[in-house]
Amino acid sequence: MSIPAQASGAPDAEPDGPEGRLRRFATIWSRAIFPSTATSMTRPEFEQHLLPMARELSTILHARPFDAASAQRVGAALVDAHCTDPDALSSTLGVVDSYLVLYCGGNGPVELSTEDSRARCARIQHAFAGGFTQALRERTLAEQEAIARSALTARSHAEEALHATEARFRAVFKDAAVGIGIADLDGNILEINDTLTRMFGGLENHVRSHKVNEWVHPEDSPHVWKYYNELVRGEREHYSVEKPYYRNDGTVLWTNLTVSLLRDSEGRPEYQLALMEDTTERRLLNLRLRYEATHDALTGLPNRTLFFERLEKALAHKEGMRFGLCYLDLDGFKAINDSLGHAAGDRLLVEVADRLQSCATAPGEMVARLGGDEFVALTTGPRTEQEVDELAGRILSALATPIRLDGRELTVRGSVGVVEGPSGERTAAEVLRSADITMYRAKAAGGNRFALADAEADARAITRHGLTTALPTALDRGEFFIEYQPLVHLGDGSVHGAEALVRWCHPQHGVLGPDRFIPLAEHTGLIVPLGRWVLEESVRQANFWQERHTDGGPLRINVNLSPTQLHHPRLVAETVDVLERSGLEPGALCLEVTESALIGADDDLLKPLRQLAEMGVDIALDDFGTGYSNLANLRRLPVSVLKLDRSFTQGMQHHPADPVDMKIVEGIVSLAHSLDLAVTVEGVETGAQAEQLKQLGCDTAQGWYYARPGAPDRIHALLLADAV
Amino acid sequence: MERPSWAPQGIDISVPSVSRMYDFYLGGSHNFEVDREAARKAMEFMPGLPKIMQANRAFMRRAVRHATASGINQFLDIGSGIPTFGNVHEVAQADDPEARIAYVDHDPVAVAHSQAVLEGNERAVVAAADLRKPAEILENPEVRALIDLDRPVALLLVAVLHFIEDTDDPYGAVAALHEALAPGSLLILTHASYEGIPLSQEEAGGTVGVYRTIRNPLIMRSREEISRFFTGFDLVEPGLVSMPDWRPESPGSQTQEDPFAFSGFAGVGRKA
Repeated sequence: MSIPAQASGAPDAEPDGPEGRLRRFATIWSRAIFPSTATSMTRPEFEQHLLPMARELSTILHARPFDAASAQRVGAALVDAHCTDPDALSSTLGVVDSYLVLYCGGNGPVELSTEDSRARCARIQHAFAGGFTQALRERTLAEQEAIARSALTARSHAEEALHATEARFRAVFKDAAVGIGIADLDGNILEINDTLTRMFGGLENHVRSHKVNEWVHPEDSPHVWKYYNELVRGEREHYSVEKPYYRNDGTVLWTNLTVSLLRDSEGRPEYQLALMEDTTERRLLNLRLRYEATHDALTGLPNRTLFFERLEKALAHKEGMRFGLCYLDLDGFKAINDSLGHAAGDRLLVEVADRLQSCATAPGEMVARLGGDEFVALTTGPRTEQEVDELAGRILSALATPIRLDGRELTVRGSVGVVEGPSGERTAAEVLRSADITMYRAKAAGGNRFALADAEADARAITRHGLTTALPTALDRGEFFIEYQPLVHLGDGSVHGAEALVRWCHPQHGVLGPDRFIPLAEHTGLIVPLGRWVLEESVRQANFWQERHTDGGPLRINVNLSPTQLHHPRLVAETVDVLERSGLEPGALCLEVTESALIGADDDLLKPLRQLAEMGVDIALDDFGTGYSNLANLRRLPVSVLKLDRSFTQGMQHHPADPVDMKIVEGIVSLAHSLDLAVTVEGVETGAQAEQLKQLGCDTAQGWYYARPGAPDRIHALLLADAV
Repeated sequence: MERPSWAPQGIDISVPSVSRMYDFYLGGSHNFEVDREAARKAMEFMPGLPKIMQANRAFMRRAVRHATASGINQFLDIGSGIPTFGNVHEVAQADDPEARIAYVDHDPVAVAHSQAVLEGNERAVVAAADLRKPAEILENPEVRALIDLDRPVALLLVAVLHFIEDTDDPYGAVAALHEALAPGSLLILTHASYEGIPLSQEEAGGTVGVYRTIRNPLIMRSREEISRFFTGFDLVEPGLVSMPDWRPESPGSQTQEDPFAFSGFAGVGRKA
């Protein structure tokens, strides 16, 4: 074996000294084995790493006694330096064989013979190889064991984790609040959880004994089974539906069902997974809420909401289809409620509802309660023209038998408005308004009858309806104004005062008299603010006249009080307030109350009038003679003026006057005067009339003969004329 | 359905593992016959593979020393594999006993083995996580217990990014890690490439084929593609070079290196 050329150039200060020679050996060794090491050391580092090992080999070579076995440690150290490749051993042995004696043979304290050194070198190699092999074997076994153990550890970790995962999934499956089921694609149920079993009635066998596609229910939505088939064919990944099932006891289970397709790792459809939530309770609750929202709590009849739904459906255009509607309002129900109490009234309504229901039992017929004592019956179909009359007749005859309530027999009557027509022409609101108007017509005609809707009557009533709805804003917009009609002293023909008469300047209908809107204002309650406005305005006007006309006698202002105003608790206070603010003395104000408003008046009602009268306000009994008033009652009333209705004076318009009228008026005047009441006559249209009435002793008069109602300045003009 | 994070992958040691193959290249016995068989097959195409691994280890050692010399004492080594010798914690803790090292690998056997090796070392841990899901690494409690992301960290991605296919967004993963690192942190990276291999691309391609068959495709990237991983980092001298050319410890020593050691690229970048 030749010495490599570069071995002679070792970087040592004393290249030929023992240390330099040792380093050279290490360098040669390092070069020989570096290519087959896996160390991450650099070459110089590796060479440094080998140097102590080389020194040990040198020491062993010279040791006495010679102990070759020590070389085993060096062999093992080479393995520790990550020289695990077999080439590292063979290269090392080659280097030791060729260079150990050459570079280290002379380094010992005693010179060895050539033969001896060769022999020692050979034995060192044997021991080195043994040590290397032993270490490599141990290292290999240790590493194999370590990696095998790591693989086992990793596997058991994975299994534990997998087990935990499965346990979690199992727990999710078992304890989930939703029902979970897995089936194959043929519909065979493979697994279901307890929740699902409970939802179906608690018998697992009941669920498992049917294939998925056998759970058909008549209320299934039409696309459920289409979706199902798409899913099991792999054409659909999932679907969600509301689906009913039969429980094992035959009751119905309603679910929110979500079905998903499970595919295997290759993507082929494998299972179907169903998640279902029990919605039976919620559904029942919804049905109940829906029922409650659409039915009247008292009578159990469908309510306004449901009726309108049905009516709208009936009115939707369908060829040949018609509708008939009966709108019933009980006659005099308020009186029953007032006299017998609401509880009795309610029982009456229940009985009426029951009877009505029995009138409308055919398909397409329904009865509903709209509220209060208002009921409707609806019939639909192609022949309602005839049917609706029969229906109305049945309703009236159902009410004909008296109702027994608390041991009394109550006769209940009703007024029915009937509307009939083809579908597709009118809206529900229009139909109902027409029925309402027609019902009022039946009521106005005396009740206990039905009336058929007709367009002309509707139109009139619709105007009334329009006026009613326009009333509230009319006051705000200042559409009302007051005309004044003079009251004339029959004795000397002087103007004694004026009656304030309210008018409505309607933007569409022009000027309307009180007969057109006062009843509506009474009905809606607007009469209170309207009446207050009239009072304020007329009192203000009267005060103005007083100031301008100081030399004349006291000028009176007559203002009408409606029945509702009479009942208003603030009547006295507000009247006092108006008078005080204007400065008009109470004696200049006369409030006119109709005779009919005071019929049967009790002390409570009369009290405010008495208070006003005590203050000096005159109270006139208007329209006297039309209300069948109890003449004896006149004493009780705090009135100071009787206003004779125009019907008594009409017979005196022409000469000769009707003698009966004359006698009546004479009698009334005499009665009035004996009670210290003044008498005013209305409707004086001719001079003859005026003369007659004067002779009969009437005190004051008003009518077209003197002046029509007019603007306040006309009264002023008349007053001036008087004064001349 | 995506596997939930708490459901582990199964352990199948009949399938070759790149970490155990790496160990075999480095002369270790932490491997099974399937690993050795695959490694020997790869070496039929590239007999110098062990030299590449060795050069990786040597580069990593120099780079870790560079990091400790720069005052960094936290190391996050992702894709650490089977620890054999010359590991990051050995090198770093030799320089600075206080150095903390978190190893991360997604091979459960490698993780189990690392746990055994690191037992008793309070400043080194191993976490099972995947570079493809950087958020899981950054949120891993073991990693967070040891590594303070408010201070500079040396992030090692040594011989790992070439196992991440583009569809798994390796650039996004590196960007996410970059985002989490404090300024002054280092990215220590090596990556396989056809560039520098002393073989034709067809010959070397056989090795790529072996990795493809064991379902761990080896993605060869160009120098330009590899340099893009340093987006947001300033490459320290000498930049992105062959492994032996990165700051050799004795000047000129690289001339004695095996030609295979020059395969692929290595570099260190600093986050500004």
